Order: sequence, then C-alpha cells, then structure tokens
Amino acid sequence: MRLRISLSSAIWLLLGAVYFVVPLVGTLLFSLQSGRNSSYSLSAYGTVLHDHTFWTTLRLSLELSLETIAISLALLVPTAYWVHLKLPRLKPYVEFMTILPFVVPPIILVVGLLRFYNGTVHAPIWYLEKPYYFLVSAYVILAFPYVYRSLDAGFRAIDIHTLTEASQSLGASWRTTMLRVIVPNIRTAALGGAFLTLAIVMGEFTIASLAAFFTFPTYIAQINSEKVYEASSLSLISFGITWVAMLGLLLVGRGSRNRTQLAGGR
Amino acid sequence: MPGRRRLPLAWIGVVPFFVYATAFLLLPSGIVLVGAFKSDKGSFTLKNMSQVIHTPEYIHAFRTSIELSLVTAVGGGILGLLLAYAAARAGTPRFIRPILTTFSGVAANFAGVPLAFAFIATIGNLGIVTKFLKDDLGLDIYQHGFNLFSFTGVAIVYLYFQIPLMILVIAPAIDGLRAEWREASSNLGASSFQYWRHVGFPVLLPSVLGATILLFGNSFAAYATASQLTGSVVNLVPIIIGQNIGGDVLSNPHLSEALAFGMIVVIAVSMVLYALVQRRASRWMR
Repeated sequence: MRLRISLSSAIWLLLGAVYFVVPLVGTLLFSLQSGRNSSYSLSAYGTVLHDHTFWTTLRLSLELSLETIAISLALLVPTAYWVHLKLPRLKPYVEFMTILPFVVPPIILVVGLLRFYNGTVHAPIWYLEKPYYFLVSAYVILAFPYVYRSLDAGFRAIDIHTLTEASQSLGASWRTTMLRVIVPNIRTAALGGAFLTLAIVMGEFTIASLAAFFTFPTYIAQINSEKVYEASSLSLISFGITWVAMLGLLLVGRGSRNRTQLAGGR
Repeated sequence: MPGRRRLPLAWIGVVPFFVYATAFLLLPSGIVLVGAFKSDKGSFTLKNMSQVIHTPEYIHAFRTSIELSLVTAVGGGILGLLLAYAAARAGTPRFIRPILTTFSGVAANFAGVPLAFAFIATIGNLGIVTKFLKDDLGLDIYQHGFNLFSFTGVAIVYLYFQIPLMILVIAPAIDGLRAEWREASSNLGASSFQYWRHVGFPVLLPSVLGATILLFGNSFAAYATASQLTGSVVNLVPIIIGQNIGGDVLSNPHLSEALAFGMIVVIAVSMVLYALVQRRASRWMR
C-alpha cells in the first residue's frame, strides 16, 4: 500500500510555510523598493555594504562571538570532564548553575551586572567600558546552558574513564590527556555548542543596548529608526548569519551521528 | 598518577567554573533579589514591593506580560505540535521533516531586532502585504482594527519564534509514539479516535505541557523583539525595566529590582512546574 500525505497534514504544512515565508519575502521585496518612486533596486544593499559602521559593528560582534566561544569552552570543557570523571556528586550543582541563565533572563542579568559592578563594587573602568570585557562576561553566562548541554551529551557518549586510564597508563600527563585524547573526542559536541553561541551573540540586543554598547544588533536597531530600506536589507543579512550558524551546527551534528555509530560497534 | 596517594583535592578542578558563575551570575542576580527589599538608605523594607503592587501600571504590565506569554505559549504550542506531527506522519514526503527542523532551528534563534523589522516591512503600516491588500484588493487592514503595534501584533510576531521552538522541543516526543502501539490498538479493533483518546494523547500530554511551559518562559523573558515593536504601546514588564535602565528618571532606584524580582518569581515557578512535568514525560522517552 502506498501512503499518501493526508489532506489535513498538507493544509497545516502549507499554512505554516506561508506564515514563515511571507515575512521573509516581504522583507526582501521591501528592501528592493529603494529605487526612485519605489522602483526595484539593489541600492539599499549597496548603501549598507558601503557603510563603514556596518563592517565595524559586524566585526565587533564576530570578535565578541569568538571570544565568548573561546572562554566558555575553556571554562566548561575541563569542568564537564572533571565532573564526569571525578566528581559525579557535583553534577546536579553544575547542571543547576548552567540552567540558571534561563531563570535570570538577559534583561535582569544586565540590571544585576550594572548594579553590582557599577555600584556595590567599583569595577575597573576597562571592564565597564570595553565590550570585550563587559559584554563577553555576560555572553559566556548566556552561552552556559547551550554549551554545557552539548558538552554533557558529548561526554556521555564516550567512555572517559577508559580513555583517561589508557592515556595515563601510557605515561601521558594530564595536559596531554586533555588536549590529545579528551578534546578530540568531544570536538563535535564543542563545535555544536560553539555554533549555537555564535547565533546567540550575533543577535544579542538586550544586554548590548541597555549597557550602551554599539554592536551589530544595536546597529540594526539604529538603522531601523532611520532608514527603512537599509533596515530591511540588514534584517535579511542577519537572518542569513543565523542560517550559516545553524547549517554549521547541522553539518557538525551529521558528523557526530556517524561517529557514534562507529563507536557503537566497539 | 600511579603509585601516589590520591589527595582529596579533586574539587579544585571545578573552582574556576564556580568562581566565574558566582562573579557574573550569582552575585549580579543576588544583588537584584536583595535590592528589591532595600530602601535608599540600605535597610530592609517591603516598600518597593508594595509600590509595585499598588501601582496600576505595574500590575497591568505583569498581567499583559503573563497574558502575552500564555497566548503565544498555548497558540505556539498547538500550532507547533500540529506542524511537527504533520511532518512526522506516515505519508508525508520524507524531505519535509529535515527542512522543517532546520528552519525551526534558525527561526527559534531569529528573534529580536531583525525579526521585528521583518514584520514591520511585511504587515506594518507601509508593509508589503498591507500595501498589496490595500492597493490591489481594496482591503485596508489598518482600517479594520488590525495594528502590528498592539497586543495582537506582538503575539503574531512572537509566534515566529514560539512555533519553531515547540517543533524542536516536541519532535522527540512524537518520535516516541511507536508505530507498534498504533498497530496493536487497531489490531484490537480500536478506532483512530480511540487510539488517540487512550494511547497517543495520554503519552504525549506531559511532553506537550512541559514544552508549553518552556514557551511561556521564553516569551515572558523576551525583551528585544517587543522593544523594537512597541516602544511603550504594549506595557510589558521587561520593557518597563529596560526604560528604567535607559535613563528615565526614577523616583525609586530599587523599583526596577522589585519588578525584576517579580519576573524571577514567575519564571522560577514555571521552571519548577516544568521539572515536575518533565519527570512524567521522560517515562516514554528513550
């Protein structure tokens, strides 16, 4: 018997497709209206690409993403490894701490950070004024749930006790074990968390705008209130960046499925 | 380290993590929670709380935030479930599922400023669809009571990230509905309705509830999208907190902390509910 798609499924999927595609197409058409008398033209994209601020903010946000990824991995890979290997009793506490950013959303985190480091404690001015310090310190917290969950799944999938013992009985130091044995084995999990973090930081608006930093999303917000056609082209560019991050995640994940299958035959 | 006695120093390995989390998460959120109960002079007081409770604007904001989150959680939950199920059903072409999942991954993360603008460009006053309906079909939706910068408008925009989140969260539970159960029940003479009434729905219910609570929290905490859409037209708690930081003169600086405290309470309650529901849901998951 050949199954055919049921009518109700087809209708729901079609309605869903309309709802999700129309705003994107609408934005695209809107961004193309920038010619004289709303004739079609690519000039909004030209204006954006020739805007110096576009490149500086895009670059800043990319740098913040990379820095956030580096710090959260440097912090969470050893922690997740150590907790799985030696301190399983601490697991619930680490897990709780990494879920906490869901309970304390960015809007509250930024209130707390400003209040604490600019009032209760007088943090050095470089911390408060430089996005590389202030924003990244907050973004690492935002990345906690995603990076830790991804790493946790990675560590569950491999036998770290055996790997660690094997490596050490061959005479490897902790450092060598970590860098040459553990890290390569959880590489896909780490990359998965990294791509999610990239998507988050490239779109983070709340903390950046309320702490008065000029990043890519706050730049888009500023353009929104000034130039409508450019704003819609920027919205599409931003959508494209999210796509790239998610496709990266997908490609990395595809690799990991094959690998787990290989490991399953052990 | 062979041959050497192990000292109980293993905990040192997790110190950096806990120090970081304390410095940039626990202390800042703690200061907000404590600040909600502090007077200007630093002594303990319930004045901030009572001011929140007795200011109609704030109560209204909490009510609007909760209503918006309920509407988009239930609406997004139902629509997301329908879409995820439609894509997973036998008979639906195989290629649809990965497209839906990948797109959901993108859309669930595509919130904030650009999302708000995509809707402004589409169904805003001068949006493409608004103009098309008006010029070509003679239907002026803004004359008929529609407004993107309103509760309904914000809810429609929020669904753009709520539905995909539901699809992502509920997909594993739908996969957990095994084909054997359906076959078994039809072999025993059950109708499709009876299958859903006695097998499918009860198995899915805890997961659906859990996912809906997650959507509630997701919407309740959102700031960026709403801030771009409404300014202060739709009165939401995160918007008020944002305005307070943004430099609007405040008679009481601890007021935004009291509002934040209220937010944390609402989210914490929903997270506890989520954990309780999740415990039941995990029974059927592999």
